[in-house]
Amino acid sequence: MLVYILRRIIYVIPIVIAVALVCFLLVHITPGDPLVAVLPADASAELAAQMRAAYGFDRPLPVQFGLWIWQALHGNLGTSIASGRPVLAEVTQAVGNTFILAVTASLIGFFFGVFFGLVAGYFRNTWVDKVATSIAVAGVSVPHYWLGMVLVIIFSVWLNWLPAVGNGPGGWAWDWVHMRHLILPAVTMSVIPMGIVTRTVRALTGDILSQDFVEALRSKGLKETQVFRHVVKNAAPTAVAVMGLQLGYLLGGSILIETVFSWPGTGFLLNSAIFQRDLPLLQGTILVLALFFVFLNLVVDIAQASIDPRIKRS
Amino acid sequence: MTLIEPILEPLADIGGPAQPLLDVKNLTKHFPVGGGFLAEKKTVRAVDDVSFSIAKGETVGIVGESGCGKSTTARLLMHLMPRNAGEILFDGETVGGTLTMRDFRRGMQMVFQDSYASLNPRLTIEDSIAFGPKVHGIADKEARVLARDLMGKVGLRPEVFANRYPHEVSGGQRQRVNIARALALKPRLVILDEAVSALDKSVEAQVLNLLTDLKREFGLTYLFISHDLNVVRYISDRVLVMYLGQVVELGPVDEVWDGPAHPYTRALLAAMPALDPDQRTQEPPITGDPPNPIDPPPGCRFHTRCAFFEPVCAEACPALAPVAGGAHFAACHMVIPGSGHSRAPKAGGNP
Amino acid sequence: MSATDAALQAAPVQKARGYWATVGRRFSRDKVSMVCAAVLLAIVLAAIFAPWLGLADPYQGSMIRRLRHIGTPGYLLGTDELGRDMLSRLIYGGRLSLLIGILPVVLAFGIGTSLGLLAGYLGGAVNTIIMRTIDVFYAFPSVLLAIAISGVLGAGIVNSIVSLTVVFVPQITRVAESVTTSVRNLDFVDAARASGAGAITIMRVHMLGNVLGPIFVYATGLISVSMILASGLSFLGLGTKPPEPEWGLMLNTLRTAIYVNPGVAALPGVMIFAVSICFNMLSDGLRSAMDIRN
Repeated sequence: MLVYILRRIIYVIPIVIAVALVCFLLVHITPGDPLVAVLPADASAELAAQMRAAYGFDRPLPVQFGLWIWQALHGNLGTSIASGRPVLAEVTQAVGNTFILAVTASLIGFFFGVFFGLVAGYFRNTWVDKVATSIAVAGVSVPHYWLGMVLVIIFSVWLNWLPAVGNGPGGWAWDWVHMRHLILPAVTMSVIPMGIVTRTVRALTGDILSQDFVEALRSKGLKETQVFRHVVKNAAPTAVAVMGLQLGYLLGGSILIETVFSWPGTGFLLNSAIFQRDLPLLQGTILVLALFFVFLNLVVDIAQASIDPRIKRS
Repeated sequence: MTLIEPILEPLADIGGPAQPLLDVKNLTKHFPVGGGFLAEKKTVRAVDDVSFSIAKGETVGIVGESGCGKSTTARLLMHLMPRNAGEILFDGETVGGTLTMRDFRRGMQMVFQDSYASLNPRLTIEDSIAFGPKVHGIADKEARVLARDLMGKVGLRPEVFANRYPHEVSGGQRQRVNIARALALKPRLVILDEAVSALDKSVEAQVLNLLTDLKREFGLTYLFISHDLNVVRYISDRVLVMYLGQVVELGPVDEVWDGPAHPYTRALLAAMPALDPDQRTQEPPITGDPPNPIDPPPGCRFHTRCAFFEPVCAEACPALAPVAGGAHFAACHMVIPGSGHSRAPKAGGNP
Repeated sequence: MSATDAALQAAPVQKARGYWATVGRRFSRDKVSMVCAAVLLAIVLAAIFAPWLGLADPYQGSMIRRLRHIGTPGYLLGTDELGRDMLSRLIYGGRLSLLIGILPVVLAFGIGTSLGLLAGYLGGAVNTIIMRTIDVFYAFPSVLLAIAISGVLGAGIVNSIVSLTVVFVPQITRVAESVTTSVRNLDFVDAARASGAGAITIMRVHMLGNVLGPIFVYATGLISVSMILASGLSFLGLGTKPPEPEWGLMLNTLRTAIYVNPGVAALPGVMIFAVSICFNMLSDGLRSAMDIRN
């Protein structure tokens, strides 16, 4: 097991380097000069050259990449062109907010996904199954930014129960004032993992129930609830793994929902970085999110291997 | 029925009847396993220094447990995978030498065990059989005529089966299709890799009879691979027993059956259920699982399971040695004169 | 020929049906799929023939009739924040929305299938190079990748199509590679090699027909994701530019109107939802129609 973990970690290193390279190159496929955003329109050539040197844009690409990586390893992701603050500080603050949102959404999605999936798989081809699968298909097909708007219309505009934007006054706290702000974006965000987990768990349950060992359990005289427990046990590793990956997708894909709800997370940060052409900030945010995603993949793999006895050796 | 002949000529006999159709020398295939970071690189010796020959018109059987290298041998002979070492002479010629791969492909064909997996599910039966001839330059129309003709020969009415898809016919019928497909190139040697193993017993018998008929009609030579000893005895002239990638015994099928020289062969034969109570043997049954081929034991590979184990068995790997004159060989220290095994014949003396 | 052989011959002559004919028949019997196909067809045809449907000008606004409610006489689906006819804009909007949603998947299908076939059939070093490169793109969540590329390339229809294609190529390549590898290992490919056929012939005759189906099903499902993402990019201001009618962009500009006229504001999303769900259902229907084991 330890060897498996070590090997898995070693395999991640080239991926991490490649991810960093892609993030780095993103800036260099940009049409136009990355300095345009900060330079005044009438800047002299001299000033432009100075700025270029200050940001290191005058050196050859491989050197720039090397320096960038070296700085990044020391926790320096550069300075935001727009705000002048260190990129890392901006990103860290935003990541926290996105994390709160994504984890809450994952938990909601996982809970309902497992529930619908088990029910649908257990009562396959009945009306219960049809309802549950319809909800699942709707969950993965709905443009969630639109769903967010609809929920705002219903719960904020019509019913006036919940706030429509922001994450509450001051910093985040787990109190009702702040959590009220969390409900709508988290529910909106949860529909995608809910749909995907439902589909996965439904398929798993169906597969497990059709296996011979279930027949053996029943013929042994086990109660249906006990059989059901075996089904849950067998479906759990895959369901958890799917959920882990979904959390990663949510963290990286929160931009649309954060825009709808003005949630001050990474998506919101990305949005402003893009429209202010703040490339260091854009680069830094994407790098942090991608590395987090790689890390999460690694954790999911190792967790799955340690739960599921069958894949320990592979 | 003579329609095929003018279209696709069988390859000419080169060396005459005395030259073996297939001569295999020191065939070896190692698969690397593991490797990479923190994992020791190992090799599976799937086929290890295997030599034998097949005479023209003969049927040679290969028997052995699953995982002994039978199927790998078949794929190596077909040139479907590269070998690590060894020579394969087809009627005295080697591929890449005086024989082109294209001609070799026509000369040697194979029928696979899994009748379903060996037919393209998207092609009709007729298309599947006609594919080979078309590759070799036969026009579509003629290839179809040939395919239908062959379907008749393997006992499938073309008007019933030609346009069917593999999933629309039974297992036995599918295997007939595979045989027709193999024969479509007019091969001289056909490798039958567990070709009847997946079939019901009654269907198996029909297909075996068909194979015997076809052999006579087309003047074929067979290499018949199976784990079913009864079937091998029924169809083969000579038999080759494999254990963990090596040939342990080789000889005319009756001689091997009547006087198996290698303890492994004896164990295999003893494990066959005898229908006659008087025929029950007192041979020690084979014990244990075959050793991991990744890490074969030194010396004789069978010594971990052998009832006659003596120290010499773990030290030296026995070569094939003649058992009773002529054509019967076994790779066991007990038949090698002066090998050091207590049951070995005296050196210099007649075995 | 033995007696049992003769009995074997007695099987009735039946009309054999090709694989795709069988799939088509099963598919056309699936009611849900047919309804979805009809809805999609209606939306696509309406978008194509929009200029001949006698609709109001989708660009012509009016300050005095802004944000009319759904059902207002003369404005069946109301008007938007600039007083433009919503029905007209929704139908015209299908042109761009469908284009930027479907085209990336079509492009990615072509590129990904070719890469996956090569990697799967040739194996070895080719496989390693292609698949390890794909792995790098897999290290980015797809929404993030799409937004990152669109973000640096800047807003625009072409850039949005490019970025989504880059997102989908790795996914389709992975599916294509795994399907190809599994088909490649089936005995009939070895049988074809044994009959002397070259790599190109084998790929054309034996591989393509067995591989395309599953990849196609996967790609149909991706259109659903692509529609949401493409409109999402426009929603963020990274795709289409005003005043072009496009569902995602319309949703964005109508966002301010949710307090005044929520019904109209939500309409463009209904279109995206409808198209997306229909493609998802079609993908499911196709998958089960193709799953012919018995």
